[in-house]
Amino acid sequence: MFDRDTWQEILATIRKHKLRTALTALGVFWGIFMLIFMLGMGEGLRNAVFRDFGSRAKNVMYVWSSPTSKPYRGFQPGRVPRLNLDDITYLDENVDGIDYIAPRTTISGSISYNENVESYNIRGELSDMITVEGYKVYKGRYIQPSDIEESRKVIVIGKRVAEVLFGKGEWDKAIGKYITANGVEFQVVGIFGPEFLKPWTQEDLEATVIPLTTMHRAFGTGGQIHYFAVSALPQYKVSDIENDVKSILQQRHSVSPQDPRGIGGFNLEKEFDKITGLFNSISVFLWIVGIGTLIAGVIGVSNIMMIVVKERTKEIGIRKALGATPGVIIRSILTESIVITLISGYLGLLAGTLLIGSIDYIMEYNEINVQMFYNPEVSLQVGIGALLILIISGTIAGFIPGMMAAKVNPVLALKDE
Amino acid sequence: MIQLRNIKKAYKTEFTSLQVLKGIDLIIEEGEFVSIMGSSGSGKSTLLNILGILDDYDEGTYTLAGELMKNLSEKQAAYYRNRFIGFVFQSFNLLNFKTAVENVALPLYYQKVNRDQRLEKAMHYLEMVGLKDWSDHHPNQLSGGQQQRVAIARAMVTEPKVLLADEPTGALDSTTSHEVMNLFQEIHQNGKTVVLVTHEQDIAEKTERIINIQDGLILNSNE
Repeated sequence: MFDRDTWQEILATIRKHKLRTALTALGVFWGIFMLIFMLGMGEGLRNAVFRDFGSRAKNVMYVWSSPTSKPYRGFQPGRVPRLNLDDITYLDENVDGIDYIAPRTTISGSISYNENVESYNIRGELSDMITVEGYKVYKGRYIQPSDIEESRKVIVIGKRVAEVLFGKGEWDKAIGKYITANGVEFQVVGIFGPEFLKPWTQEDLEATVIPLTTMHRAFGTGGQIHYFAVSALPQYKVSDIENDVKSILQQRHSVSPQDPRGIGGFNLEKEFDKITGLFNSISVFLWIVGIGTLIAGVIGVSNIMMIVVKERTKEIGIRKALGATPGVIIRSILTESIVITLISGYLGLLAGTLLIGSIDYIMEYNEINVQMFYNPEVSLQVGIGALLILIISGTIAGFIPGMMAAKVNPVLALKDE
Repeated sequence: MIQLRNIKKAYKTEFTSLQVLKGIDLIIEEGEFVSIMGSSGSGKSTLLNILGILDDYDEGTYTLAGELMKNLSEKQAAYYRNRFIGFVFQSFNLLNFKTAVENVALPLYYQKVNRDQRLEKAMHYLEMVGLKDWSDHHPNQLSGGQQQRVAIARAMVTEPKVLLADEPTGALDSTTSHEVMNLFQEIHQNGKTVVLVTHEQDIAEKTERIINIQDGLILNSNE
């Protein structure tokens, strides 16, 4: 199919009609260029939004308790159920699909090192909260399962806490030192902070974390937890287990199943899905618009190939008289149309990718930070998809003219005027 | 070689039907050099198109080299055209963007012969028509007579059973016409069956047999 004669003919027709071929190619070039450019910019929007989610777990819901609003089993409304560690153990054992549960109890505390005394919140946690929130550990480590089992007196402190207690440039010296929290001595094992600094993540810099078991023992919080995060296993959606978790807690704490309050929760996965859905529909929309533009270009190619066939009727007649089969003739027209679409489309793909790449590069190089736009990119799949579309559209563009060519009647084509 | 029995052909439009061939019976033996003569509208071109499998017929049978040429698919027709028949046209019908040798090699392309062999064979036939030194010239750099000789080389390159020529000298002056006819003569002497259509008496007289055709019927066929 791609032997020298085929190329010779394609080059001959292109050379004969440079302007016409160039204008046709421009249509396809523009179509692919717009498709790639729009998808790349859309990706920039998406990346900006998902950047804020960071590496935090997405398949997660938060559960807390609040005053009930309905009387139930002899209890008056207005009572606040007290969630405790037993609830966590029970849920972990009785609900299918739970990956882990990360509870947190927060008390206010006064933290001191030598003569420095500051007041910061003390959080009691199990080991998984770092996975849920995606914290960054600057130095040392976070709370570990063995800390919890042995109720060790270890503490992880926010970076700002370390800066205040140990001095601005010396924050990393805190590791291994002993500090006092509410009168109990703890050894500092890690320094942490939020993944991204935002107004609403500042408090993570100013918090301290100790094992929940240690907290219950040392500070008399009596097994109580304030809220917890539940993460579902990868093959489950947290929405699947949301109802189970809630109804078990309602039952354990005598909250009416009809009560919208009492046991509260926030399903992050649902919100995350909404945003994902939004961006998926934006990308579908962009594909439709882009492919629409491309179709206009392809129709242009088809038109030109039609003219090419008309112009070459005599030549096609000669070829048929010399023994060219309809298949050979269709193939030569198809090849020509695919070559034109592929080359111009490839250039469009290249130009679009280059433009998106340079926007990304310029933004990164000059550290331009736009709220709703970050790291525009063209994925390999989009590139391959675009190439496939080009080959398919080139074939479609060449097909009708090719059929026309195959139907040329040699007797009429060779009639001497 | 060629056997026509009661060939009938009509061109039908929506309202009219024009009977062009009204029952042609014709036998051409292998190695014959024959001319078909007739005025315009006599049906001689239609007859040639049927002989060349460019056109089909309504009734009768056409046997070429022992094979019945009837109800052929496009692909089969292309095959027989390529293997059995060599065409020479009045207006040469060379492809302008190909050189002389590439034009001659074209029919072999449809036999899927590889490029080197194609060009080698084409060169051989160009030499036969005396145009070896012109092989890399394009048709528009050649005279009419030279172009027709290239076309004859192209018709011969597949070693067809029959050489069909449609007014091969119609676009040439008398000197070159003479040269081209000599070339046909030479091909005939090498044992090839040659059929040519013409309306020039002096051209026809150079062949062995003249078939006169009038109003879709053969008048005589004098030896």
